[in-house]
Amino acid sequence: MAKIISMEEAIAKISDGASIMFGGFIGCGNAHKVVTALADSGKKDLTMICNDASMPNGPDGDEYYGVAKLIHNRQVKKLIASHVGMNPEVAQQMNEGTLEVVLVPQGTLVEMIRAGGAGLGGVITPTGVGTIVEEGAHVHGKIEIDGKTYLIERPLRADVAIISGHKIDKRGNVWYKGTTRNFNHVMATAADLVIAEADHIVEVGEIAPEDVVTPGVFVDYIVQGGIS
Amino acid sequence: MERSMIKGYIAARVAKELKDGDVVNLGIGLPTLVPQYLSEDVHVTLQSENGIIGTGPKPSPEEAEPIYVTDAGGSPAMAGFGGCYIDSATSFGLIRGGHVDATVLGALEVDETGNLSNWIIPGKKVPGMGGAMDLVVGAKKVIVAMEHTAKGAHKILKRCKLPYTAVHCIDLIITEMGVIEVTPQGLLLKEINPEFSVAQVQAATEAVLIISPELKPMA
Repeated sequence: MAKIISMEEAIAKISDGASIMFGGFIGCGNAHKVVTALADSGKKDLTMICNDASMPNGPDGDEYYGVAKLIHNRQVKKLIASHVGMNPEVAQQMNEGTLEVVLVPQGTLVEMIRAGGAGLGGVITPTGVGTIVEEGAHVHGKIEIDGKTYLIERPLRADVAIISGHKIDKRGNVWYKGTTRNFNHVMATAADLVIAEADHIVEVGEIAPEDVVTPGVFVDYIVQGGIS
Repeated sequence: MERSMIKGYIAARVAKELKDGDVVNLGIGLPTLVPQYLSEDVHVTLQSENGIIGTGPKPSPEEAEPIYVTDAGGSPAMAGFGGCYIDSATSFGLIRGGHVDATVLGALEVDETGNLSNWIIPGKKVPGMGGAMDLVVGAKKVIVAMEHTAKGAHKILKRCKLPYTAVHCIDLIITEMGVIEVTPQGLLLKEINPEFSVAQVQAATEAVLIISPELKPMA
């Protein structure tokens, strides 16, 4: 069952060199408090799995929005993402040779993570056939089924998933606000350790069973967040 | 045509391709202009791949909550009446699974076999494909909406030079010069902007155009 821990305890569970999934889409749905604490911690050589690298400035004018802080601090050695164009520091660090970037089509990335969390051996998708995506390290090969060609993509898991929910009850059941659920929901299923940041930690029962989006059984630890 | 008019002209023509009830995904830039040109009896459901079905009008500054709700370009957004928020796996299931009737997007290059290149300029610009590869593979109709040339340089080619977003995926190319359908025989010019001659359109196109016997003025 999910356990509420302090931010310090949460960060202490993350090692240098860890592979970490971060929910979020251009910063929307990043676990902002945990990401900030991770940036302050100086943990290094991280592999970041995230749809994107966010953007330099957040909607409230804050500098290095969400996971962009970790790129800016050069704590990330490898980034697996679908889109990095909003964060110019990614291209800069790529060109310097200090950041390895693996680009995966967005629908493939989320499905690789889903497969990783669901015990599937891979994803069979038409996306990327005939393109340079075929040459990716995550591609196991091609297969023809009933006359149609697909790529076989490996499942993806991580050491840690850092997700963000608006309301999380004390059993770890998550309810998301707006579009923040994006990658958070699947990432919660695909890591050895799942840390969920809650804008609001609520009593069990406050989220109706039919409104639970990510079941608490996937969540190991809850930390108090809240938009600052 | 005045430069400032081009994008609106293209978007207005794209709008005529959309049917009442369609589920539509619009790329960033020019495609986002399309909804304002829809006729009153055409209501489409817009989808944003970050997780909205039924994207509503742009929120006012008071309504906007960009910490919680954005569109796929990261701008403040919100679901409209009857819309909903979904996770990324559901969103791309919708896209890849053929539940999106049309996607409208820009291109760096297209070619006569319907190949599309719009996500990378190796050595120069490596933004990533985002959701584009899934969209053009999964949507029932793929409409490229773009200026006919890049400041005079051909964009409609015999064969794309840049890495593909997907192969044989384009159905229709709409530019300020005309409407071109990708057919098994090649690129069929179906409509032409009356400001241009067929010779001018061909000169602005590297691929050889097939001129429809029923060539119509673009409107």
